[in-house]
Amino acid sequence: MAGLKHIDEYRDRRLVGNLTKKIGSELTRPWTIMEICGGQTHAIMKYSLLDLLPLEITMIHGPGCPVCVTSVELIEKAIVLARQENTILASFGDMLRVPGSTSDLLSTKAKGGNVRMVYSPLDAVRMAMEHPVKRVVFFAVGFETTAPAVALAVKQAAIRKLENFSVLVAHVLVPPAMKALLAAPENRIDGFLAAGHVCTVMGYEEYLPMAEEYKIPIVVTGFEPVDILLGILRTVQMLEKGRHGVENAYSRCVKKEGNAPARELLGEVFETCDRTWRGIGHIPGSGYRLRDKYRRFDAEHVFDLGGIKAEEPVQCISGEILTGIKKPTECPAYGKLCNPEKPLGAPMVSSEGACAAYYKYGK
Amino acid sequence: MCLAVPGKIISIDDSDPELRMARVKFGEIARDICIQWVNDLSEGDYIIAHIGTALSKIDEADAKATLEALHEMGEIDYDTNA
Repeated sequence: MAGLKHIDEYRDRRLVGNLTKKIGSELTRPWTIMEICGGQTHAIMKYSLLDLLPLEITMIHGPGCPVCVTSVELIEKAIVLARQENTILASFGDMLRVPGSTSDLLSTKAKGGNVRMVYSPLDAVRMAMEHPVKRVVFFAVGFETTAPAVALAVKQAAIRKLENFSVLVAHVLVPPAMKALLAAPENRIDGFLAAGHVCTVMGYEEYLPMAEEYKIPIVVTGFEPVDILLGILRTVQMLEKGRHGVENAYSRCVKKEGNAPARELLGEVFETCDRTWRGIGHIPGSGYRLRDKYRRFDAEHVFDLGGIKAEEPVQCISGEILTGIKKPTECPAYGKLCNPEKPLGAPMVSSEGACAAYYKYGK
Repeated sequence: MCLAVPGKIISIDDSDPELRMARVKFGEIARDICIQWVNDLSEGDYIIAHIGTALSKIDEADAKATLEALHEMGEIDYDTNA
């Protein structure tokens, strides 16, 4: 992967060194900073940034792993759909190994369920066109970054008048979760690194009232080591000056207003709804569901999925992991009862899960 | 899930106005990516792509300015300036 423009420059050792020195030079006291996005958690672990940062900086890992926060109930619904006659359940690869309360989608496939991994929601639309006698359900997991592609797929299905395509919507929204973390009595977050790719779509205007209300710095941050350290530097500089507000440390990709056409499409296809986050609980206004105009593509409307309830496995402390209260290594099951081969909970499975990041990079 | 990667546009196909597509190169791999929501794209531009869709065009001038500033940061001796 050598010579990749817009990647290699942001993995430059010299720049990493410049930034860690600069962060150290600005510090007068300890600060606790949360990176929201699980992709950033993985980069922090992969590049050993915790070892490079000054001791005064404590990084805590946030709930930005959509696979991890998808409720057990929705996973059980997906499993029920995969077992239906003449039905194909399609989703992203990350979702397939996440345990529900009885099974997971990959085991369901091994036992004859029709489960397919796709790269893009449009692949599921194509699958529905190629298999007119099958009912194709796309299990739509993801934050605001992913939701536009799902909205596009639903719109394409409408344009093509498909009657055999539907979506099991599990979308979650970042700002309500950040507010829930800030409002929690155990909150110890001094500053946030906002998830850069969510902001490519949504922009960062919606963080301004939150930064004002909670007097906290929020810095839009990218995903390479140099990006992450730059986000931390900007956060530290604001904290040390006693300032709060929103800054953009990922300006090569993120504009204040985000991606207007994608936001317009989101507004046309989805409306906000309450959502239960796995391990965390009910967060008002933190999800998307299809608007009435597109209800015929809602799998919960097309199929009878009522009455499916599910329980979280008791040994998994994913709620405390996802809210940054505990590090993965503080979980009694970590690396013993729970590992990527035999995960008890979603954070050990996903490529964005904090437990998987710690395990993979040897913490 | 929010993984998005930079890629270079090789060619653009805007024959379907509801689904403008581009052939995009990510290192050695090329993929068809929907560019419906990103305007003013030309061959050779870099975009950030996520699950088959382009999220934004990479601002080359901004990227260059940020990198230059970060390189200059290394020329300052923080021990004496602290």
